[in-house]
Amino acid sequence: MAHIPVDPTTPGIRSLFNYRPETGAPLTRLAHALLHGESPLTKAERELLATFVSHGNQCKFCTMSHAAAARHHYGADASIVDDVVYNNITDRLSDKMRALLPIAEKVRQGGRIVTDADVQAARDAGAVDRDIHDTVLIAAAFCMYNRYVDGLAALAPTNPDDYIPMGKRMAEQGYGG
Amino acid sequence: MAHITIASTLPGITGLLESRLDTSEPIRDLTQFILRGPNTLTEGERELIATIVSSGNACVFCTNAHASAAARYGWTREEVDAIVHDPSTAPVSEKVRQLLLIARALQRSVQGVSSEMVEAARSAGATDVEIHDTVLITSLFCLYNRYVDGLASDYPATEDYYEKLADRLTTNGYTRNPSLFPPANGHSNDST
Repeated sequence: MAHIPVDPTTPGIRSLFNYRPETGAPLTRLAHALLHGESPLTKAERELLATFVSHGNQCKFCTMSHAAAARHHYGADASIVDDVVYNNITDRLSDKMRALLPIAEKVRQGGRIVTDADVQAARDAGAVDRDIHDTVLIAAAFCMYNRYVDGLAALAPTNPDDYIPMGKRMAEQGYGG
Repeated sequence: MAHITIASTLPGITGLLESRLDTSEPIRDLTQFILRGPNTLTEGERELIATIVSSGNACVFCTNAHASAAARYGWTREEVDAIVHDPSTAPVSEKVRQLLLIARALQRSVQGVSSEMVEAARSAGATDVEIHDTVLITSLFCLYNRYVDGLASDYPATEDYYEKLADRLTTNGYTRNPSLFPPANGHSNDST
C-alpha cells in the first residue's frame, strides 16, 4: 500500500501525478520532452536507457513499464531490451549506445564518478554533446522518478501482461507533454 | 572543465539548464512550485531538504547554493551545516526532523523509506502532502545533483558567487531570468 492516500486503482507514477497535479504536470512534460522530444538518440534507445537505470535502481514499476515501451519501439527486435537490461548482452546495440550505457550507470550511482575517459570513449564511438547530455539527463531523471515512485510506495502491478498496453501507449503517444 | 560545451558562462546548474530549454522549462516549473509555491512547509524548511540531499550526494555546487539560500530563512550558515550533518540533534521541529530523516534515507537508497519512518513523521504532525513533497524534493535533487556532476559543470570562480545566487533564489526563485542569458547577437545589461 502506498505511503499516502492515492487512488488505489491507478498504478505507479500516474497515481502520484493525479494526487498532486501541480507537480504531475511538469513531471509529465519533462518525461515527454526527454523520451519523445528531439534527440540524436532514437526513442527506442532512450526508453532502453530509462529501463536500464530503473532496473539498476530496482524500481519495479519504472523498469516494467519502460521495458514495455522500449520493446514496443524495437518491434521485431524487442528481445534487445531483455538482453541489455537483464542479461548484459549488448552486441545488437550500436557502438555509441554501448559507450553511453556505462555513463548512464555511473550517473545512477553518483554523477561525480563519470570520468573524462568515459566521455571520450563515447565520443570515439560517435556520440556528440547532445547524446552525452541526453544520456546524463535521462539517467538523472530516472534517479528522480524511481525515488518518487518507491519513496511513496506507489502500486506496482506484478503481472507483466498489465504493462503491455501501458508500454504501447507510452511508445505511441508519449507522456501527454 | 565540463564534459560538454555549454554556451552560457554561468556556473553550475544555471548555465547547464540553457543547453536544452525544452527539458529545463518543466524542471524549472517543478522547482519553483515545490520550493516556492504555497505550502505548509516553509521555504527555509524546503531549502533544508534540498541541502541535506545535495550534501549526501556530495554535490558541492548544489550544497553551497541551497545551504546559502536556507541560511536566509532564520538559521545561521553554521546551523544549516549542523542540521544537514546530523538532523537528529538539529534545532528544528520534530516534524521537520522526521522529514529530513526521510529525505536522507531516500537520497541514500531508492527503497530507503520505510512505513515506520512515514509513521514517525505523521506522529510528529506531518501531513500527507508534506510527506509527498519531502519525497519529491528529495527525488528532484537526486536529479539535479547527478545532472550537475554527471556533466562536470563548472564551479563558480569565487565563493561569494553563492551569496549572489542566494539573493536571486530568495527573491526571483527558480524561474528563468532572461537578463542572465544574452541573445547570441545582443548585449546583456546585467553582469551578475
